[in-house]
Amino acid sequence: MNTVKVRARGAFRPLAFFLEAIPRIAPRLLGLAVVNAFALWFLYQLVIDGVWFLSAAISIIALGINVIFLREHLYPFRWLSPGLVFMVLMVAYPVLFTVYTAFTNYGDGHLLTKPQAIRVLEKEQYLPEGAPTYQWTAFRSPSGEYVLWLVADNGETLLARPSEPAQKVTPGQADVGPLGEDGIPQSIKGYQRLSRVDSVRFLSELGKLAFGQAPNTIKINTLDQAAQYQQQYVYDKKQNALVDRATGTVYHADDTEGVFVSSDGQALRPGYQVLVGWENFQRLLASPALRGPFIRVFIWTVAFGLLSALLTFVLGLFLALVFDDPAVPARKLFRSVLVIPYAVPGFISILIWVGMLNPELGVISTALQKLLGWSPPWFSDPWWTKAGVLLVNLWLGYPYMMLVCSGALQAIPDELYEAAEIDGASAWQRFWNITLPLLLISVGPLLIGCFAFNFNNFVVIYLFNRGGPPMADAMTPAGHTDILISYTFRLAFASRRGADFGYAATITTVIFLVVAIITAFNFRYTKVWEEVSESV
Amino acid sequence: MSSFSWVKEFRASRSRQRMMQLLLRVTIGILAGIYALFPVVFIISSSMDPANSLAYSRFVPRNASPVNYQRLLSNPIYPYPRWMLNSIKVSSTSSVLAVFLTALSAYAFSRFRFRGRRPLLLTVFLIQVFPNTLAMVALFLLIQQIGYYIPSLGLNTHGGLILVYLGGVLGFNTWLMKGFFDSIPRDLDESAMIDGASHWQAFRHVVLPLVRPILAVVGILTFIGTYGDYVLARVLIQSKEDFTLAVGLYTLVATQYTQQWGVFAAGALIGALPIMVVFLFLQDQLVSGLTRGAVRG
Repeated sequence: MNTVKVRARGAFRPLAFFLEAIPRIAPRLLGLAVVNAFALWFLYQLVIDGVWFLSAAISIIALGINVIFLREHLYPFRWLSPGLVFMVLMVAYPVLFTVYTAFTNYGDGHLLTKPQAIRVLEKEQYLPEGAPTYQWTAFRSPSGEYVLWLVADNGETLLARPSEPAQKVTPGQADVGPLGEDGIPQSIKGYQRLSRVDSVRFLSELGKLAFGQAPNTIKINTLDQAAQYQQQYVYDKKQNALVDRATGTVYHADDTEGVFVSSDGQALRPGYQVLVGWENFQRLLASPALRGPFIRVFIWTVAFGLLSALLTFVLGLFLALVFDDPAVPARKLFRSVLVIPYAVPGFISILIWVGMLNPELGVISTALQKLLGWSPPWFSDPWWTKAGVLLVNLWLGYPYMMLVCSGALQAIPDELYEAAEIDGASAWQRFWNITLPLLLISVGPLLIGCFAFNFNNFVVIYLFNRGGPPMADAMTPAGHTDILISYTFRLAFASRRGADFGYAATITTVIFLVVAIITAFNFRYTKVWEEVSESV
Repeated sequence: MSSFSWVKEFRASRSRQRMMQLLLRVTIGILAGIYALFPVVFIISSSMDPANSLAYSRFVPRNASPVNYQRLLSNPIYPYPRWMLNSIKVSSTSSVLAVFLTALSAYAFSRFRFRGRRPLLLTVFLIQVFPNTLAMVALFLLIQQIGYYIPSLGLNTHGGLILVYLGGVLGFNTWLMKGFFDSIPRDLDESAMIDGASHWQAFRHVVLPLVRPILAVVGILTFIGTYGDYVLARVLIQSKEDFTLAVGLYTLVATQYTQQWGVFAAGALIGALPIMVVFLFLQDQLVSGLTRGAVRG
């Protein structure tokens, strides 16, 4: 149609068309140019450091943006692109990266990528035998930069700045002033000569600096002496190894373990990340030290999720039934009071409960003490801690179930109850045979959702007792109330033995699998998916 | 005659039974109400108890005074006002951005018909099954990595935290908002476009003013959700000055629970009050949003 119109008006003129289009597309092209410049800059850094996985994600995002904004028929995607960028980078990428990390040895000792580790190791230096030594004098700039004036044993003099080759300088030339009586320049432009006392004061700072340029760097040894150090390890691409120039030892890269090792088994620190295959999963399932706590944590996670969902549902449904009768006085007031726990931010209520249950001083414990002469050890006994967490979680969660059930109860037609009454069904029979089955149709998926939510309810577990009390007999740090996600947290961030991201990611992968199974089950046996698909 | 009195008696017993039943319901309601309110009342009275210790806290404080509030706001070791401001800053920025991003997506899903719309919409629905707190290890490493090159979005920055929050809130809210957008007749924006408005103008001047209620709901839900987050803030923020309220309040409690009880109570109350007020006022709108398949997170 369009071409017909254009032809009708006259000959199609590409140049005019192009010129007309410029103001329309120029802002877009400009925006794309900015995005691309940023993406390329970012990618360049990532590739240098060997961060391949993130590079791939960034490339995909950048490519996607370009395609979306250049192809006219993808116009609707322009509206979606900001949201999609976040979903890809902050939701999809982390899930995939977690699974990837589960197959690596990422963790303390293996935090860097191989290029990064090589760069760190290549900064190591050693003092070769017979290396030139110098007497040094330091000059300091107001902003805290240093230059050294060096006098060699043979009387030769050098000027050395950080990361520039040390060079001979004739006094009186360039920035260097004439020599004083002690044979040292009185001034260097922009710098001030340090007195002996100041040199002592700044010695520790000076000692860390490397002057001159690699591989011949000059470092300060003592207050009187500086020496020419050399780079200790040099990476040899052909051998895929670091060569120790001091001893001649060759440290071959062991790409299955992620370390550089010599033939006699000496390993260099730090190591680097490598893929280790199924090793983490094997450890999880086969190593007695890890399998024990993992299985116990797993069982408690499932139990905690199920019990939380069940208890909140029972209490919520009970209260919804109690106030389902419109004749109850002040019904609205009761309902709003009962919803209050839902309105308090969870982390605050949990901490309040922890205070109230405090075994020595909390109100609940002291009250029980007075009444019964005994109060439960809420935070030190495994079973009482479990009971305590469930109790707190019940308070947090029942209002949601109550709200949901109240709504669902109203949707059950009254005729059913009337018919049942005529047939002589008791209240109990009516509940079991009408209310509950009909309620479960609409509330069922939410119960499964509640289970999935509590399966990963980190906050209540961690804030209640940090997953404790600790399992005394476990080889890895684990607690009796730890659920999988808090166990992951421990392994990754709170272990005294150092972070083990690879193993933590392995457990997270297990959580992903469980969540995926629950979801699939939910969609298979309820109508949620059909409803969702229809409302598309 | 005899049968008539029987009916009367039956009715009387019915109504007595009914009275008993209502009485029972009210009793249950009062007991449940005590259970629901107990921690709240307790924390209010603790916050006004000058004793400041868990040991002496009681239901009706003697010599009620605001001294705990003064202690809370002037404690140099626990910069509570800073935490509160940090939380407000992070949560409000996240919710404004989330509203903007979801509105764009919801408009596209609601108004355009294009190839890939259906799978994409279902993917958005599916992906929110994995809350991003699960991937905290990966998010920590990602933000750390980003921080090497862009320090203002790295670890220990609010920028990084907001980025992560935004990723997590879009899925569910897009669905919520799209449903509302669908209820606005398409004729409205289409007629504006016939009059020469661009898609952007129709969105900005016709649709957006009509969907304000859902924008508010999404904004408030995001605010409440991010305000209450502990995990990601704990993992990503390390310096005390930059803590959000959830992380800060926990450190206050974890170190000196029993001695600082009154101060904690004051902090808890100030921290919970804004959310409670908003929630109870907008209960109906928020609950209908929340109960569409999501449990509070």
